[in-house]
Amino acid sequence: MARSGNFGFGDDEMMLRDSARKFFADHCSADKVHALVAHDANIHRDIGSNWDKALWQQITGLGWTAICVPESAGGVGMPVVAAVAIAEEAGKAAFPSPLIATFNATFVLRECGTDAATRALANIASGSSATLAMTNAKGSWEASDTDVRFGNEKLNGTAWYVQDAQKADSIIVSAVSADGIGLYLVDPTARGVEIIPDGIIDLTRDQAHISFKDVDAMELAPPGAGDEAIRRAMPAILCMVSADMVGAGEWLLQTTVEYARTRVQFDRPLGFFQAVKHPLVNVMLEVDRAKSLTYSAACAIDEDPGQALREARMAKSAASDMAVFSASRAVQFHGGIGFTWECFVHIYFKRQMHNHVLYGDGKYQRTKLADLIVGEAA
Amino acid sequence: MTEAGRKDTPEQAEFRAHCQKWLAENHPGRPPVHIPQGALELSDPAALEWLQAWQKAAYDAGLVGCDYSKDCGGGGMTDCQAIANQAMQQAKTPYFPNIIGLGMAAPTVYFHGQDGVKQKLLRKLLSGEEIWCQGFSEPGAGSDLANQQTFAEKRGDTWVINGHKVWTSLAHFASWMILLCRTSKDDKYNGLSYFVVPIKTALGKGVTVRPLIKMTGETGFNEVIFEDLVVEDKYRLDEVGAGWKVAMTTLAHERGAGVLVTPSAGGMVTGEQGRASVSSAQGLIDLAQQSPRHGKRAADDPAIRDAIIQLMIRQEGFRQNQRRAGVAALTDHPMRIPLQFKLVATEMNQDIAQLAYEIEGAASSLYVNDPAAPLGGQYPLAYMNSFGVTIAAGANEVQRNILGERVLGLPKSR
Repeated sequence: MARSGNFGFGDDEMMLRDSARKFFADHCSADKVHALVAHDANIHRDIGSNWDKALWQQITGLGWTAICVPESAGGVGMPVVAAVAIAEEAGKAAFPSPLIATFNATFVLRECGTDAATRALANIASGSSATLAMTNAKGSWEASDTDVRFGNEKLNGTAWYVQDAQKADSIIVSAVSADGIGLYLVDPTARGVEIIPDGIIDLTRDQAHISFKDVDAMELAPPGAGDEAIRRAMPAILCMVSADMVGAGEWLLQTTVEYARTRVQFDRPLGFFQAVKHPLVNVMLEVDRAKSLTYSAACAIDEDPGQALREARMAKSAASDMAVFSASRAVQFHGGIGFTWECFVHIYFKRQMHNHVLYGDGKYQRTKLADLIVGEAA
Repeated sequence: MTEAGRKDTPEQAEFRAHCQKWLAENHPGRPPVHIPQGALELSDPAALEWLQAWQKAAYDAGLVGCDYSKDCGGGGMTDCQAIANQAMQQAKTPYFPNIIGLGMAAPTVYFHGQDGVKQKLLRKLLSGEEIWCQGFSEPGAGSDLANQQTFAEKRGDTWVINGHKVWTSLAHFASWMILLCRTSKDDKYNGLSYFVVPIKTALGKGVTVRPLIKMTGETGFNEVIFEDLVVEDKYRLDEVGAGWKVAMTTLAHERGAGVLVTPSAGGMVTGEQGRASVSSAQGLIDLAQQSPRHGKRAADDPAIRDAIIQLMIRQEGFRQNQRRAGVAALTDHPMRIPLQFKLVATEMNQDIAQLAYEIEGAASSLYVNDPAAPLGGQYPLAYMNSFGVTIAAGANEVQRNILGERVLGLPKSR
């Protein structure tokens, strides 16, 4: 199938990216993020969620969370690369928000095909946030693994590793019944819902496990159809997390390069020394590989869906490995200062380490790809 | 894998159809003689002759030099060479033998050659009738290319050349050489000039070509000695003292970062029939399915599976980087991706061959001269040969300096 040479980044997508870039530069500089999320260095600090809700509301007001909602649900109906463009800029700014969670929820809802899902999408289009509750206590990324049960019209059990749960206006819960996996919409303030925040390393988001006790739920996808909806949305979900890592990787690269240009030791800027220069070039190679693979996978979702999962797993594998590498080199080449709380690098280091495991790290993706490409092992 | 091509212009679409039709009817088929893995390893005149006939046929059909002007023997088209290249890759054709000529000499002569001379030279270069070689490296000028000692002295209207070039691939077949040399000892960079010089017609008359044997046991490259070779001034490219600037045109094209797309055929497997090429990660899967390992197939070993998929991801990443390099708005610096091509491609191919070596296990110890060697010993051979390209054209350590300095803006390491 012929694909766009520009990955589907048309004028509208580029305009959106440029305005996102400007918005984050104006409102979400690294020092602001640091002041917002890193004001308490105490290792035993209270578990909380630090974010600027007013800034988030500006973004929803600009319609960025509506871009991938279909027009039939009141959205803009843009291709997935448009969300990739925003997610990349958000990653570059280490933006604390339920942006990725809401995009991921959008992609799952798009696959449900029910009136209830269309109404949930309409809510997102008008500025509401959402998150996915689909992971079990073992941290499985498989679409059919959930510890939540659906029976007698009620949800019971616990969902784990829910992203930005404290910021989300609604929760999409994967739950199992005798007829298979269904998806359900839950109001986080409803009776029987308890959000128990996790103490996490990443300072720019929150995570929780959510307990459900006889919770009323609206069906989004009937039992037997929920896991399939998640599976179909998985390429887009992997692209969002990859794009976030690509943006953060570019920030780490440019910030470390700037430091290597100015920090002088042995009467030379650090970047004079090939022991520093060459690994920084290697970081650039990895960022570029992950970026191109992410764009290609996102493009495939709209233009060549049969290839999308394979390409998205490749993108996530490359982006996850790049995330770890870019973060490690940034701390190392900043030297002593890079090891401190006051240096901004740790904000990105922690976001990269969080993202790289989400929905499966590089090795996990490659195990899946090997089954897909080489065939199941004997 | 679907082709990630841009949407064709009408000229391109028509040309693509022409290429596909011609290739379907005129594929040269299986070679009657052994063809080495790459043009740089050519040593058998019969193999060269067969490949020259293929290049000439493709040239006559308009598939070579499409974007060069018509007066220089080109097709006079715009952005069509990449289309011909894709069509030839898909048709799994043999490679072109005049690889140095097409990739380096042609764009350099085209942009810097004197009128009258370039028109004459380029036609037979593009058709493959005249083979070209490159005279850059010297015993004392490897990665430090500007340290040229070969000297061209102006005597009246002509130049007299003395010096010693090394690692000169294809010199034993070459009619012409692109030559970087010194015309002044006063300035390292501005003392360089650039010529095209005859080789074949000057053998024994100022030019000596001696083969060098590679670590693989193959020949293919040479040392070339110049002793009072007389060259007419019309064969000088650009101004006296502008040699470094001209050399940058050569190197940009060699690294895949030049203005013109290099005519490039390939895809045909030179070893066993029906197999993927030794530089394709896909070939590793076939190999792993045939190779025993701990009582199972190597294809069932999770460590091997992971390593193969890593290379497939790198290969796909390279392909998608090529796609992105064509979209200015998606690249922060125009040379950021093009300057990566040589580095990334050569290390990837090296790692593919090295992994194949591992997958073959004990049998990887068998070489080309043992009939029991898996796939005729092609992978160990490819692994050793892969160092030719990680070293040549500016060792990859130099490539990392270039990327760090020109793209990232880090201070120069010298």
